[in-house]
Amino acid sequence: MSKFKKKKSGDLPAVSTASLPDIVFMLLFFFMTVTVMKDSDLMVDNVMPYATEVQKLDKKDPVMYIYAGKPTSKYSKKFGTSDKVQINDKFVSPSEIKDFVLEYQSGLRQELQDRFITALKVDQDTNMGIITDVKEELRDANALKINYITKEGDALQNVK
Amino acid sequence: MAKRSAPEVNAGSMADIAFLLLIFFLVTTTIETNQGISTKLPPPQPPTDAPPPIKDKNVFIVLVNQNDELLVEEERMDIKDLREAALEFLDNGGDGSCSYCNGQKDPESSDNPNKAVISLRNNRETSYKTYIAVQNELIAAYDELRERERKRLYPNEVPYLEMDAEYNAAKTDDSRKDELQPKIEKLQALYPRKLSEAEPKKD
Repeated sequence: MSKFKKKKSGDLPAVSTASLPDIVFMLLFFFMTVTVMKDSDLMVDNVMPYATEVQKLDKKDPVMYIYAGKPTSKYSKKFGTSDKVQINDKFVSPSEIKDFVLEYQSGLRQELQDRFITALKVDQDTNMGIITDVKEELRDANALKINYITKEGDALQNVK
Repeated sequence: MAKRSAPEVNAGSMADIAFLLLIFFLVTTTIETNQGISTKLPPPQPPTDAPPPIKDKNVFIVLVNQNDELLVEEERMDIKDLREAALEFLDNGGDGSCSYCNGQKDPESSDNPNKAVISLRNNRETSYKTYIAVQNELIAAYDELRERERKRLYPNEVPYLEMDAEYNAAKTDDSRKDELQPKIEKLQALYPRKLSEAEPKKD
């Protein structure tokens, strides 16, 4: 009978987008868990060299980052093209590093203080001179544990 | 009158909101590359202390010049041969006191792994990537020897590098750490990492 007759229509039903939010939320949660907030804006070129004998830094370890390299094209007009050291959001001279380290260390809880690690994120084309100065400062500040952040890969491709 | 059902909330814009959040997180966050070569700097020393005397044959000198060229034990060397040369030097066991060494027992090279020191000196103009490559090769020599001893002493254990990574990870439970600690210390004692970095020359 006509009461139960199905409505006949020739055109295809629209694809349901009801699950789209779920998919996007899934992506969102994935990115929220695997990434961290940018803590500082990079003002230097920062391409890490390769190495194989790497150790992962633990997320719970207190890590202070020191960046070094040539200023990016945006900053090179103002700061020149020689190698610079960046901590937090500004360029510092190597002699100021000790103060930054001591300040960071004093803000840590007691049990974390001896696990303090300084991570050096240095561009691969930097000269060793400035790195030596940084290391000398860290030694003075008694921040002896350091980690040269690298990409994982054969180290010999650095020198090609 | 027919019972009217409550109108459904339109969820069509949900996807847009979620996309907005997603894009926000994509822009403000980075995937961290938190891995690298860990080293320890020597503690600051009072300048009056004279360094302990080390015999010349126990020191393996690696120089890197401003053109990123290597001079190892006064001979030019390609970086790909560095690991093998360092390995031979560390594993030499010249005085016969090292029972686990497989080296040449050359009396002109290092006495035993405990006395063997690798000295690395770079120029101020050396590039960082070469420095990292050299460091990597030297550390790889130590790790290779430790891994060899791991196979001999603890054949059922995971490879040395994984042991070390597991020991340093915060999520490893304490009982496993207690188990790993003596093994790692033992392996490190067999081949202690004595890598000294001299101050670069100013020229």
